[in-house]
Amino acid sequence: MDSTVVSTGTEGKTWGGGNQPLKASYGKMMMWFFIVSDALTFSGFLAAYGFSRFKFIDYWPIADEVFTHVPFLHGQELPMIYVAFMTFVLIMSSVTMVLAVDAGHQMKKNKVIWYMFFTIIGGIIFVGSQAWEWATFIQGDYGAVQTKGGNILQFGAYKTIDGEEVFKRVAVEEFAIAAHSDRTQHQNKNGLWFVDEGALPAFSVEDVYHGLEAHPNILVRTQTINEEGEKTVLSREESLAQLKANGKRYVKGANLEVNEYGTPLFADFFFFITGFHGFHVLSGVVINIIIFFNVIIGTYERRKNYEMVEKVGLYWHFVDLVWVFVFTFFYLV
Amino acid sequence: MADHAHKLEIFRGLIKFKSNTQKIWGVLLLLTIVTAVEVVLGIYKPEALMSPSMTPFEGGLGATLLNITLSAFIYTKSLNLIFIVLTIVKAYYITWDFMHMRDETKSLRRLVVWTAVFLICYLVFILLQEGGYIESVYTNGFVKRDF
Repeated sequence: MDSTVVSTGTEGKTWGGGNQPLKASYGKMMMWFFIVSDALTFSGFLAAYGFSRFKFIDYWPIADEVFTHVPFLHGQELPMIYVAFMTFVLIMSSVTMVLAVDAGHQMKKNKVIWYMFFTIIGGIIFVGSQAWEWATFIQGDYGAVQTKGGNILQFGAYKTIDGEEVFKRVAVEEFAIAAHSDRTQHQNKNGLWFVDEGALPAFSVEDVYHGLEAHPNILVRTQTINEEGEKTVLSREESLAQLKANGKRYVKGANLEVNEYGTPLFADFFFFITGFHGFHVLSGVVINIIIFFNVIIGTYERRKNYEMVEKVGLYWHFVDLVWVFVFTFFYLV
Repeated sequence: MADHAHKLEIFRGLIKFKSNTQKIWGVLLLLTIVTAVEVVLGIYKPEALMSPSMTPFEGGLGATLLNITLSAFIYTKSLNLIFIVLTIVKAYYITWDFMHMRDETKSLRRLVVWTAVFLICYLVFILLQEGGYIESVYTNGFVKRDF
């Protein structure tokens, strides 16, 4: 019954099989190749972000003015602080992961369990922080008016802080004079049943205009970045003229359609890239939890090697690696 | 897995750690310092770093070639260049020490790193070049945007 050829005469030779030129197991190697492909996906997104940013290089929102919030410190402008904390949490969980891998090499089950536990906690804190960051961004803070051309007009006034004249944004709610409006939201139950519309903006452009007229200190700031790297502030006359001529609707916060901080593309890329990364973190946490329970029930103890921990570790570090780049290109540069 | 040996020196042997655990904490310290520097620079934005460190060369093909070669210093703000370099430094230590790339064979390392680095540089170059071109069309062409 020896019909298959089992001997090829190449045993022991280079091409005889059984060689491991990369000295890495199949699983680990494939994890590396998956990471390469995933890295290319992320760089595709980040490069597309760079493309759009270069396209609108003089109009792009300044990240320091967008992400200024820290939980529990309401109303204070603290750019970078919270995202730096998030970065540190992720790096810390990377450290506990690599410590778990190291403990696995030494076959110390209890240490692996504890380090994996801390890694999972770190991951959960990170995802939670990201959700908070999203919520804050979606909610917005000052509101703005979108023009016919899709540009954003923000409002603010010069204030003297520490002897220096600085432009501070003022919330539209603070100065707009809401007039009575006969316009009600069109719902499918009170109008055409096959047409629907979203909630109406809190103010009409008219309301904002009247408010602007009544407050002589308030000025309009456009998206255009000037020589000093700051957004251009219009004069009083220009402000009124610009709002009158081009104002289209009041917007607050950010979504895929509008963005009170500037071009909607910024919000689109932010949601897409940090969302895709957050999804990676979430799946990383889930995989970590599975492996965590496997460690607890002693699967790898019986297998006499903890390579599985090393493989999920690679994935986890990769997620951290991507965040390092997202952090730079979204918040710093 | 007793045969699993770790290379314990970083900075080309300048610092040698006694154990793998110690190396991990050492690298954490390094990453924390780098992140802290980034955050401080990002908050204070020193005036001196807010413009490119060199002005473009003018006249002739030689100047154009120099502009291309030194484009990172001529067209990128010094601060942004520092951020990008520090990011690559962080990426290097995460890959080499946390992901144990330092301990893998040279061929696996090159398979992964060279492939990714080449393709990413290629993609980034093309997209940024194209983005810059479209920006010039918007700015110099007759495209109305201020309305």
